[in-house]
Amino acid sequence: MSTVTTSRSIKVTINGTTYEREVEARKLLIHFIRDDLDLTGSHIGCDTGNCGACSVIVDGSLVKSCMLLAVQADGATVETVEGLAHGDELNKLQQAFKDHHALQCGYCTPGMLMSATALLRANPHPSEDEIKKGLQGNICRCTGYWNIFEAVKAASE
Amino acid sequence: MSTTTAPETTEVEAPAQDWKGQSVPRKEDRRLVQGQGVFVDDVKRHGMGYIHFVRSPYAHAHITSIDVSQAEEMPGVYGTLTGEEVAALTDPFFQISSVPGANLKDYALAVGKVRYVGEAVVAVVAETRERARDASELVEIEYEPLAAITDARHAQDDGVPTIHDDAGGNLMWHGTYEWGDLDAAFAEADKIVTIDELHFHRFNSTPLECDGALVEYNRGVGQWTIHTNNQFPGFAAIMMGPAMRTGLDKLRFVTQDIGGGFGNKITSHPQLVACCLLARKLGRAVQWTEWRTDFHMSMSHGNERWFHETEVAVKSDGTLLGFRTKALDDAGAWLRYEPLGGVIWAQVTPGMYKWRNIRVDFTQVATNKAPVSPNRGYSRMQHLWFTERVIDIVAKELDIDPVEMRKRNYIKTEDMPYETPNGCVYDSGDYARMLDIGLELIDYANIDQRRLEATARGKLLGVGIGSTLDSGTNNFGQSRMINSELQFSGNNEVATVKLDIFGEIVVTLGTTPQGQGHETTAAQVVADILKCSVDDVHVRAGHDSYWNSHAGFSGTYASQFAVTGLSAVKGATDLLAAEIKKLAGAVFGGVPEEALELADGGVRIKDNPDAFLPFMACGAIINANNAGLPEDLGVTLNCRYVYRPPFEVPDIERKFGNLTLTYATQIHVAVIEIDPETGAYDIVDYAAVDDCGKRINPQIVEGQVMGATAHALGAATHEHYAYDEDGNLLTPNFYDYHVPHALDMPPLKTAATESPSPFTPLGTKGMGEGGGAGIHAICAAVQDALRGHGDAIVSDSCNPYHRVWEMLQAPAEAGGRVSVVDA
Repeated sequence: MSTVTTSRSIKVTINGTTYEREVEARKLLIHFIRDDLDLTGSHIGCDTGNCGACSVIVDGSLVKSCMLLAVQADGATVETVEGLAHGDELNKLQQAFKDHHALQCGYCTPGMLMSATALLRANPHPSEDEIKKGLQGNICRCTGYWNIFEAVKAASE
Repeated sequence: MSTTTAPETTEVEAPAQDWKGQSVPRKEDRRLVQGQGVFVDDVKRHGMGYIHFVRSPYAHAHITSIDVSQAEEMPGVYGTLTGEEVAALTDPFFQISSVPGANLKDYALAVGKVRYVGEAVVAVVAETRERARDASELVEIEYEPLAAITDARHAQDDGVPTIHDDAGGNLMWHGTYEWGDLDAAFAEADKIVTIDELHFHRFNSTPLECDGALVEYNRGVGQWTIHTNNQFPGFAAIMMGPAMRTGLDKLRFVTQDIGGGFGNKITSHPQLVACCLLARKLGRAVQWTEWRTDFHMSMSHGNERWFHETEVAVKSDGTLLGFRTKALDDAGAWLRYEPLGGVIWAQVTPGMYKWRNIRVDFTQVATNKAPVSPNRGYSRMQHLWFTERVIDIVAKELDIDPVEMRKRNYIKTEDMPYETPNGCVYDSGDYARMLDIGLELIDYANIDQRRLEATARGKLLGVGIGSTLDSGTNNFGQSRMINSELQFSGNNEVATVKLDIFGEIVVTLGTTPQGQGHETTAAQVVADILKCSVDDVHVRAGHDSYWNSHAGFSGTYASQFAVTGLSAVKGATDLLAAEIKKLAGAVFGGVPEEALELADGGVRIKDNPDAFLPFMACGAIINANNAGLPEDLGVTLNCRYVYRPPFEVPDIERKFGNLTLTYATQIHVAVIEIDPETGAYDIVDYAAVDDCGKRINPQIVEGQVMGATAHALGAATHEHYAYDEDGNLLTPNFYDYHVPHALDMPPLKTAATESPSPFTPLGTKGMGEGGGAGIHAICAAVQDALRGHGDAIVSDSCNPYHRVWEMLQAPAEAGGRVSVVDA
C-alpha cells in the first residue's frame, strides 16, 4: 500500500541565498518565506490573491506568493523586498517612495515596491496609465495611491 | 497629479531654522521600504502555538453542545478554549451603556448562544497555522438555529426574536437631545421640508493588516506580555483587566509597527483575552493572526445609521433655523465600544451651519450582524453626511444654489470661537474661503459650459460639495451622556524626553501610530525646542506600557495626536530644556537660567558663547559624573509630561458642554459624469481643501487628506458590508468587498489653509479622520447630475452604478421621499 507524500524537500534561492528545506506540500510560498525563512518583509493582507502585499518576483515574473505553493518554487530564484537595497543604501525606487511620502503604515509597501520593480523592468518609462495598470493588483488603504504614482514616476525618470 | 495651491494663510511664517512647518522626510520610512518594520505577525517565539477561531455559521442560534475531544487528540494540537471555560475564568466585559444595554453579558467567546455569523465559539491552538485549521474542522458544535434580525428598522417590532434576553429586547440605548426652541423655529419658518428616510450604510476602513497578537504568560509574576496591533491599549486594558480579574500592570501591551488602524483596531479585546487565557492554560506563547474573512465577518463595522421623519425649518431665502430627526443606529450583535456612537456625533451637532434649534431622538438597537465599533470619522461622519444631505435636499427643493445655500448658513470666521447649540466650541476656520478655493480648483466658474459639453457627449455632469469637520481631542466626559454612572472625563497623553549618557535625545510616546508619522513630527517639535537637528532626536518606535509613558487615554485614535501627543512632547521637552539650563548654570558656577540659551546641540552663555556645554557633557555629568553637584539641584534630564486638555465635565441634564477641543475643516468638491445608459459614473475632477490649524509636517497632513479621501470615495461608490436576510455577510473578502484600486483613483487637487487653534499649545488641530467629505460630495454630485433626469433625491450614502441606474429608471421609488409645505 502506497503512502501519500505530504511533504518534500525544496531548494529556493532568495535574494542570492539558497535555502534547502523540508516543506509541507500544501504550504503557501508566502508562509514558507515568512514563517520558515523568517523573511518577514513580504506581508499578507487578504488570503485571496487580491491585495498584493505578498508580491515577490519569481524567476523574473511578478507573482503573489499566496497564490503559489512553496513546492512550486522548487529550484526558483526569488526576489523579495529585503533584496532591493544595496547594503545600507536605498535603491532609486525605495528612495522615491520615501521622498514622495508614498507610504504611511508601510504594510503594503513591500508588495507595492516589488510590483513597481517588475513594472519598471518591463517598461522603464511608463505613462501614468501604465503605472496605474502596473499597480492595480496591489491594495493600499492609507495613501489613496496618488503619492505612489508620483514615486514610481520619479523613479522612472 | 496632486496640485497644492499656495494658501493665503493666517500663519505667521516660521523662521527658516524651525523644523515645524517643514515637510521633513519621515524617520519611519527607512525601515519600512526595506521590509524591516516589525508588525505583529512578524513576532515569533520558540514553541509558540497558532490560534484558529472556530466561528459561527449561524446568525442566531443556541449552542446545544460542543465537543473538542477529536480536535485535541489530533497530533500537533496543543489545546482548545471554549465559551464555557471563558465564562468560568473571566467576568463579562464592562458595559459602557446604561440599561438596557448595560445588562449584556459579553465574553471573549460565545457562551450558550451565537448572535452573528462569524462570532468566535471555540479557539484551537496547534503547532502550525494549517494544523490549527485542520483541527478546527474536528470541533463538533451543535446549534439550534433561531430567526435572525438584520434590519434595524424592525428590531423592535412585535414578535421579533430577542438577541439578548438579558436586555429584555433589542433596544440597547435611547436618548433625546434637544437644544434651542424647536417650536419657535418651526413657527418662524417659511417652509418645512420633510425627508422620510435617509440611510448611512455599513462599511469600514479594512486596514490591510488584520488584527493579531502574540501573547506570552510569565507564570512567576503572573504577567502577560501582549504583542498586538491594538491601537488603543488604554481602552483594551480597562476592558480586559476587570474581566480577567487582574491588575492592569499584569497586562503589558507592546507594539512596534501597525499596518493601518482607522479605528478598526480598537475593539480586539475579546480576542486578546482568549489569547491570554490560552497562553496561561497551555504554558506557551500563542499567536493569533486574523484571517481577512474573519476581519470582514467580525471586526469593527462602521455604524449603520438611519434618519427618519426629518423636518427642517427654513426661511424662503434658505436661512436654516433648525431640524428634528429620529436617528437609529444598528449596533450589531454586541456593544464593544457602543453605544458611544450615540453621543460622539454631538461633537458636530450643527455641522458647519448656524441653525440653533435642533432635536435628535437617538436609538441604538442590536441586530444579528457583526458588532460596530469606531471607524475613521466615527459617528460624526454619519451625522455630517446627514447635515450635508439636508443642505442639498433643501437647496434643491427651494431651488437655491448649493454654494449659495452653504455660504448663507456657514458659521462665519468672525464668529469664531463659536459655541454650538450644545456647548461645543468651534475654535477657528474660514469655511466660505475654503469653499471658494475648492470651487476654483475645479474651475466652477466654467461649470455650465462643461455641463453642456458633457451633455453633447451623452453624459450627465454633476457637481457636489462636502463640507465637514474633523473634531479632535475628545472630552471623555461626553460618555456620561450615555451613562451618568460612568466616571470618565477629560483626556490625556504622555511623553518622556531624556538626555542619555552620551547626550542622545530619546523620546518615548504613549501613542500607537499606524502610519501617521509620529516619530517624525515628534522629532520636529523636540528639535525646535532643543535647537538641534531632527536627526539628533531618537523617537522610540511603537508603544510599550512598560515604558511608563502612557496614561488612561493613551493610544492613536480620534484625530488627536497633533494636539495631545505633540503637546505632551512639547511639555516634556520644555521641562528638559529648563533642566539642561539649570544644570549648566550650576556647572558654570551659578549662572542664572535667563543668561543661558540652547544652541548647536548644547547650552551656552548668551554673552559668552565660548562657555559651551554640549548635550553629551550634560548627559554624562548627570548620569555618570555627578559628584559635587548641589544637593538641591533637582535635575534628572529624564522628563515626563502629561498633557491634559482644558475641559470641564459636561452638563449631563442639558447634554451640554465642550466635547472636543479642536475642529479641523474639510471642503471637498467633486465633479462626476454619469452614463445614463448604465448608471456608471466617473469622477472627472476632485478638489480637497483642508484646514487643520498649524501644520507640523505639511506632507504628512496632505497624505492623511489623500487617504481619507480615498476611503470616502470607496465608501461612496462600492464598499458595503451587505447581509442577506438570514444574516450571511455577502462581502466577506476583497473579491466581493471592493476597495479602491489604482485604476479607480480620480485626478485629485489638494489645497490647505491654516487657521491655528487658539486652544492648543502649538496651534495645531487633530486631523486624519476627515469627516467623510468625499461621501457627501459624491452623493451631492449624483443628485445634481440627475437634475432634469428624473430628479431623484439621493437618500443612501452608497451609490454604486446600479443604484444610480435605478434612480434614473424609477426616481420616485429608488430615491428619497421629500415634501415641502409652507409653514
